Amino acid sequence: MKILIIGATSAIAKASARLYAARKAQLFLIARNEELLIELKEDLMIRGAHSVAYYVLDLSNQKNHGEALEQVRQSLEKIDIALLCHGSLPDQETCENDYNRAKKEININGLSIISLCTELSKVFKAQQSGVLAVITSVAGDRGRQPNFIYGAAKSMVSTYLQGLRGKLLAHKVHVIDIKPGLVDSPMTSKFDKGLLWSTPELVANKIVRGIDRKNHTVYVPGYWRIIMATVCLIPEFIFKRLKI
Amino acid sequence: MQLHGWGRFPGVTAELLEPPTRESIQKLFGTKKKHGPMIPRGAGRSYGDSSLADTVLSSRFLDSFLEFNATTGIIKCGAGVSMGALLTVIIPEGFFAPVLPGTKFVSIGGAIAADIHGKNHHTDGSFCDHVRSFSLLLSSGEIIQCSRDENRDAFLATCGGMGLTGIIINATISLHKVSSVFIKRNSIVAKDLDDCMDLIDQNEDSKHSFAWLDCLARGKSLGRSILHLADHCADGLQQPKSRVSLSVPFGTPGFFLNRFSNKLFNNAIYEMWKHRKNPSIVNYNSYFFPLDNIRNWNRLYGSKGFLQYQFVMPSSSAREGIREILKIVSESSTGSFISVLKKFGNANQNLLSFPTAGYTLALDFKNKPSVFPLLSKLDEVLLAHGGRLYLAKDSRMSEDVFKAAYPNWERFVEIKKTLDPSNTFVSHQSMRLGLTQ
Repeated sequence: MKILIIGATSAIAKASARLYAARKAQLFLIARNEELLIELKEDLMIRGAHSVAYYVLDLSNQKNHGEALEQVRQSLEKIDIALLCHGSLPDQETCENDYNRAKKEININGLSIISLCTELSKVFKAQQSGVLAVITSVAGDRGRQPNFIYGAAKSMVSTYLQGLRGKLLAHKVHVIDIKPGLVDSPMTSKFDKGLLWSTPELVANKIVRGIDRKNHTVYVPGYWRIIMATVCLIPEFIFKRLKI
Repeated sequence: MQLHGWGRFPGVTAELLEPPTRESIQKLFGTKKKHGPMIPRGAGRSYGDSSLADTVLSSRFLDSFLEFNATTGIIKCGAGVSMGALLTVIIPEGFFAPVLPGTKFVSIGGAIAADIHGKNHHTDGSFCDHVRSFSLLLSSGEIIQCSRDENRDAFLATCGGMGLTGIIINATISLHKVSSVFIKRNSIVAKDLDDCMDLIDQNEDSKHSFAWLDCLARGKSLGRSILHLADHCADGLQQPKSRVSLSVPFGTPGFFLNRFSNKLFNNAIYEMWKHRKNPSIVNYNSYFFPLDNIRNWNRLYGSKGFLQYQFVMPSSSAREGIREILKIVSESSTGSFISVLKKFGNANQNLLSFPTAGYTLALDFKNKPSVFPLLSKLDEVLLAHGGRLYLAKDSRMSEDVFKAAYPNWERFVEIKKTLDPSNTFVSHQSMRLGLTQ
């Protein structure tokens, strides 16, 4: 099994990579920090990976995406699963008052993913197989006051994936949209954690299961599907007054 | 946020730091130091207040494996790696953890800080006896290597030192080669305490042994127990099986575990084991980690939590001392739900390590006001018989009891002063025990 993981040093990506390593997969990792990539490579080899290669890349610059994927193709020859995990959690207040910040965040959480999907689609179409799995967020289901910049970027990706799924169907390529809820990871270290929070390990388990089963949209954990369906049912004249 | 140990008592409000990398931990110290007194925390599986302070620094993201030599069985990993993750990696290569506690959810850093013991202490010693070296981050921001040869004082103080000397970043451990991860178990019924201790003494060759004890039994059957003896099978099977586990999702009402359910439970266990066939072959998970199958079992004790009372008494006085303690407990209305008795081998040189040659008994008590005077009474009996309490399970011992039972505490404080002159690493427990100001 040949697996590409983009944003590989994030907590969810790391936990997913470890599950694939235990299945003796061939892994290719892309992330920004080389030191962390070297450490992760060794960790995954000890956990049973068949082989691990990596490429250091700042994903916010779309210019380099093509070159990076060329490296992947040379190393893996074929991609069975591409898992896109990178992203950032912006400060809503700052983004609301500073368009340049908002643009930067929408670029990393939205446009950079669409750029990578474009490149990956070409690879998948050529090989007439593959699974494209992208981590978006429950925040994309409805624009809520505390994080609608982040939500807008994630929602853009989810909408894009819905269309892409149909386009790639004819090429035997499967597209999965993974929507985690609240995850207790370094990205959310500033939050007080309550009952609805889950660990990166649990989320990774559900992601791998979702990919195995070829689900279309995976809410992790599953109860977020019900929570978000409920949130979407709230009439707008009430919803606009809610600070949830 | 609200934090507590595994016993859910005491609970405190603390700032929890969870740095994602070693570099980000290091940045918190030295000249750029921004935080006041703090204590490192692994998986939060110590029972009382040993990993509680105003600021708590979690090592949970230091969870990478760094080096593994599958020929020599030497592994180097981050302090946040759990015992369960370690087992998953090493079992397919034919290795097993040298020492296993009663749960696989502890971290390697925590295992060193508490110098944990397992069911094989009488044959293999405690966890730190198998630790070759570790990196320790000092409050100055410097990282030092510690082993029996290098920075020996720091090594002896940190093993069992409850996180008070610095932050363990990673550790190198010697693993055990095993013939199988399946366990051949013999369970023997002991009708009273003397019978049980005789049986333990007669079966010292058995690698993993412990006795489950009905601490509600009184009179003639005081100390009636089931002694479990186990060795690895020789069939070469290295296939761990995963099991479905149950979970206690919420705190249950405190009245769930009471005198009657306790009596019922202990009787049922005793009767159940009496009729089991011997020997039986079991998965290592069910032998070593029976309670891991019920996630968050600590919630069963209700919102106020519970206290563990684990002590060790030297062999010479243990029979008399343990009998006296069991008598006091069985006569009080606050019985222990699960009580475990086991024999320890010799002590090591670590300054604050718990195990010493003798017998150890672990009792648990639901937290209620009447428990505290009861445990103080037990402390008196304990000291009179030359015993001591396990720091990883303690949440209420007094400074006097601690200092009387751990004669090396002064040496520990001296070494701590050289390693941590700014007195940065402080827990609620260390304040209570007079180990730090």
